[in-house]
Amino acid sequence: MSGIPLDEPAPPRTSGMPGREALLPWLTTPALLFVLVGIWHLYVTETEISAFILPSPASVWTAWLEMLDSPRAWRHTGATIYVTLVGFAWALVVGVGLGVAIGRLRWLEQTLNPFIVATQVIPKVALVPLFVVWFGFGPTSKIIVAAVLAFFPILTNTVLGVKSVDAGHRDVMVSLNATRWQIFRRLELPSSLPYILTGMEVGIVLAIIGAIVGEYLGGNAGLGYMLIARMNAYETDSLFAVIIHMTILGFVFYFGIGALRRFLIPWHASSGR
Amino acid sequence: MPPLAPDLSALAAPGTGAIVLDGVEKWYGTRDRLVHALARTDLSVAEGELVVLLGPSGCGKTTLLRMVGGLIPPTSGTLTVEGTPLWKEGARQDAAVSELGMVFQEANLFPWLTIEDNIALPLELKGVARAERRARAHALMRLVGIAGFETRWPKELSGGMRQRAAIARALSYDPHILLMDEPFGALDAMTRDQMNLELQRIWMETRKTILLVTHSIGEAVFLADRIVLLSPRPGRIDTVVDVPIERPRTLDTQGHPAFQSIAKALRHRLAEIS
Repeated sequence: MSGIPLDEPAPPRTSGMPGREALLPWLTTPALLFVLVGIWHLYVTETEISAFILPSPASVWTAWLEMLDSPRAWRHTGATIYVTLVGFAWALVVGVGLGVAIGRLRWLEQTLNPFIVATQVIPKVALVPLFVVWFGFGPTSKIIVAAVLAFFPILTNTVLGVKSVDAGHRDVMVSLNATRWQIFRRLELPSSLPYILTGMEVGIVLAIIGAIVGEYLGGNAGLGYMLIARMNAYETDSLFAVIIHMTILGFVFYFGIGALRRFLIPWHASSGR
Repeated sequence: MPPLAPDLSALAAPGTGAIVLDGVEKWYGTRDRLVHALARTDLSVAEGELVVLLGPSGCGKTTLLRMVGGLIPPTSGTLTVEGTPLWKEGARQDAAVSELGMVFQEANLFPWLTIEDNIALPLELKGVARAERRARAHALMRLVGIAGFETRWPKELSGGMRQRAAIARALSYDPHILLMDEPFGALDAMTRDQMNLELQRIWMETRKTILLVTHSIGEAVFLADRIVLLSPRPGRIDTVVDVPIERPRTLDTQGHPAFQSIAKALRHRLAEIS
């Protein structure tokens, strides 16, 4: 330890010049991945485990490459992306709209709160068969599952965001004769955006889960359907390939929201500038 | 100098002045009781005058200022801004409010707007065109001494510079009156002296009417044409003191005999009432 007293703040990290810590994941992530796949490979070759239980990394890789080459797999991917995004969009519109209303109106919050807690407590996945009964095997039932799952984190974060609007900022707007719309558009919305984006980050991942679970149970499209089909065909290597495919899809969506965050709220600490 | 005594002659007759309070009173209702924040108060601030409200905490000075700013309605009495009643049948009169520019203890800049956009925000709300907003913001940034920081985020500025930006924002739509609620209370002593000098310069250049709240005796005597001393429980005007020291005042003014005797008298009176 050097003689720096403990209460002294750490020197600010210069932006634009990533320190050693910022570069570290670029080395450790591939290295760790390599080690894990290596262990997997060794385990499969040493124990001569049945490929039906655990296929080798190489055969999973081949299955995934085949999948990337197959137009049918891309149609299924497209179906899942469609369901996820439409469901997510509904969750976003309704979640933010209702969140803003609840955040502003105390009586509405008190009226709706028991129901909101109830919708949170219900295992929503248990409703999937019901949605299939009501809305059929097409994309609609899956969109609703995706939307219902993504809705809650977006709603709660929006409510929190609207309630966290700084009282001093509100004073400024009131002293400037701002209209209710101006207060919403110029203060409440931008002030809540960091919260809403956090809700969106959680929401998009839940929307994918909703889409896939919906596809398990009904219809003949989407990665969820594909997963079940592979399982029924005992093609475990393809099963793994679909899982990898889903994971990558999840990453793409998640980082998409991250990019949106840096674009929409570059002023906020969470954008890492 | 004789001990300060209530000097009601210093209160201008109701009905004249940029800001006129006539029997203004404020009660706050809390869960189990009523709090008398401000007893019936008459006060008139003349056009172009710099009046400082001074008092210990709980004396209702911020309540008084927020009522003048239209942020909270008085329980009774009338408030007139530039001849227009601030409240009419329970509705705030926007015409009166637009003559007021408010500066708070916190700069309250919006972190998602650049400094320039923060200063131009009031103009944007009023529908002023972008080019005019920019020109106005740049001129004000020169006036308050933060030119060159147009496209920075508020968090990149020091506390003193943020407060300068807040003053520029309050001046952006050219209100006749500035209301300042402990505007330099959150700043360190050296920055605070600097900001007092700057405020005096800005006031002398723009000739605004200023009503400023502080709990610093030095700041009050340095800035004020007239000091209104408030006493607590309930808040009410205790004494009104004229500060007949010529301008521009400098940091050396603090050594001026008049400065010292006024400050001393205020200090004694404050000790008695708080």
